[in-house]
Amino acid sequence: MAAVTTTPRQKIGWGTANVVVVALALIPVLWMVSLSFKTPAAVLDPSFIPAQWTWSNYHEILSTATFTRPLFNSIGIGLIATFISVVLASMAAYAVARLRFPGKSLLIGMSLLIAMFPIIALVTPLFSIERALGLFNTWPGLIIPYVAFGLPLGIYTLSAFFREIPWELEKAAKVDGATPFQAFVRVIAPLAAPGMVTTSILVFLACWNEFLMAISFTSTTAARTAPASLAYISGSSQFTVPTGPIAAAAVVITIPIIIFVLFFQRRIVAGLTSGAVKG
Amino acid sequence: MSTHTETVAAGAPAEAPARRKPQLSEGARAERRLGWLLCAPAVIVMLAVAGYPIVYAIWLSLQRYNLELPNQVKFIGLANYGAVLRSPYWWHALWVTVLITVVSVAVTLVLGMLLALVMHRTLFGRGTIRTAALIPYGIVTVAASYGWYYAWTPGQGYLSAMFNNSAPLTSTYKAIAVIILAEIWKTTPFMGLLLLAGLSLVPEDLQKAAKVDGATAWQRFWRITVPLMKPAILVAVLFRTLDSFRIFDNIFILTQGNNGTESVSILAWDNLFKALNLGIGAAISILIFICVVIIAAVFIKGFGTAAPGADTGRR
Repeated sequence: MAAVTTTPRQKIGWGTANVVVVALALIPVLWMVSLSFKTPAAVLDPSFIPAQWTWSNYHEILSTATFTRPLFNSIGIGLIATFISVVLASMAAYAVARLRFPGKSLLIGMSLLIAMFPIIALVTPLFSIERALGLFNTWPGLIIPYVAFGLPLGIYTLSAFFREIPWELEKAAKVDGATPFQAFVRVIAPLAAPGMVTTSILVFLACWNEFLMAISFTSTTAARTAPASLAYISGSSQFTVPTGPIAAAAVVITIPIIIFVLFFQRRIVAGLTSGAVKG
Repeated sequence: MSTHTETVAAGAPAEAPARRKPQLSEGARAERRLGWLLCAPAVIVMLAVAGYPIVYAIWLSLQRYNLELPNQVKFIGLANYGAVLRSPYWWHALWVTVLITVVSVAVTLVLGMLLALVMHRTLFGRGTIRTAALIPYGIVTVAASYGWYYAWTPGQGYLSAMFNNSAPLTSTYKAIAVIILAEIWKTTPFMGLLLLAGLSLVPEDLQKAAKVDGATAWQRFWRITVPLMKPAILVAVLFRTLDSFRIFDNIFILTQGNNGTESVSILAWDNLFKALNLGIGAAISILIFICVVIIAAVFIKGFGTAAPGADTGRR
């Protein structure tokens, strides 16, 4: 409706609003990028744009296992935890969306409770349990809790997606002579795939971002993830501040995610809002 | 039908209804079994990681249990809770947490609503806005925290330089303001996207009709948009509140809880990993859990936020 009656004043107004939003979102990110390109001397100059540009901070962090090993851990732990939790969540979400069974609302209530859980309340007991079971400072020691916290997110998002699938198609395929397996692979799986991709993205982002458990359940680079490793990055010598390297590491863990988010933005928005709006 | 007979026959010998109950149709029974089977793995993982540990945490919180003194583990009842509740540190941390939560959620709600309106109504560049808004959402909290930390460090940061080389992270309330700012920046997009979804459910015709009747934009917003969006707003606020109440990452990087900026989560963490006191740490954890349950109950019972079972909300 607005398109018909656009006045120049409206155009300027919305244009300003747009610019403000984009600037507010980007300036803190650009500041980090700028820091990561500053030389150790220039770090102590508060100007927004580096006077001299250097790649040395990136060379430094990418040549030390203090950062590269956690980066590898983050990718591995994130992918495995995402895979397991999306598989388990799809099974549960299928049941929630399609089947009638007692205890369904209990399941939903339970996953909501876990989604709202203060993670710190679990850090104390899990720390103690993981030490007893030998899971402390290992990949499974982080994967298992990440799966558990990915499940509520997965179940909510996926059951919202599964409700939208026209399941009569499955019956139609069977009438046409398809086996149940064929009906699933040829008809239902392609329809369910977008929801599963979306959910995987959201769960992976949550794992990638997680910090509290990552610093609590790890003690060396054997399992420490990238966000937790930032605090352990030191300057090139003990007399230099590690600002540049830390900023470079922060950019390294941020940029791929930003590209990822931008590439899948429609899916992410759909996933974030699916559970919240549709009832 | 069968339920009817059962209620009528309640006084009769229990055999009849007991025998009738399991007589579901074969299909319904298979469906029920499949449903349980499919949910079992998820339920087992969630119980193992959250259910059992919370029970274990309750047990730990009743012990005197310091990792430095492993020989002196002893059941001491509620003494840990007494120690925590008598400690000014707990009450200060709770005050800091509530302050951060209330201010950041209130500001995020207003900014998120503005962002949602811009995303919904803007005449051009809608895609660009959404793209830009997703950046703070996607960024790793800790990475963003370092950005804010350096920006507010005197001699290094552009923000500090803009405010006469001030060092806000060294004084309690200025540091809390910086923490709140970092929280708002990170979480406004999430709020905005949830509200945008609610906004798209407000029928356009209603807006037009009100406009014809002479309602101003302000009136239309308060009389039409907000009431219709109330469920979406409440769910978004509930999730943001609970998320904000467990704030940890930003404080850990920005101040490490120094200068009186400890949140309850930081306090619990310090007791566990710095003082190695599992008993006190567990008691604080349980108290945080109780706070979260109270917040959720107030929202769901008090404000009528859509009940969780209606698969309305997620994080």
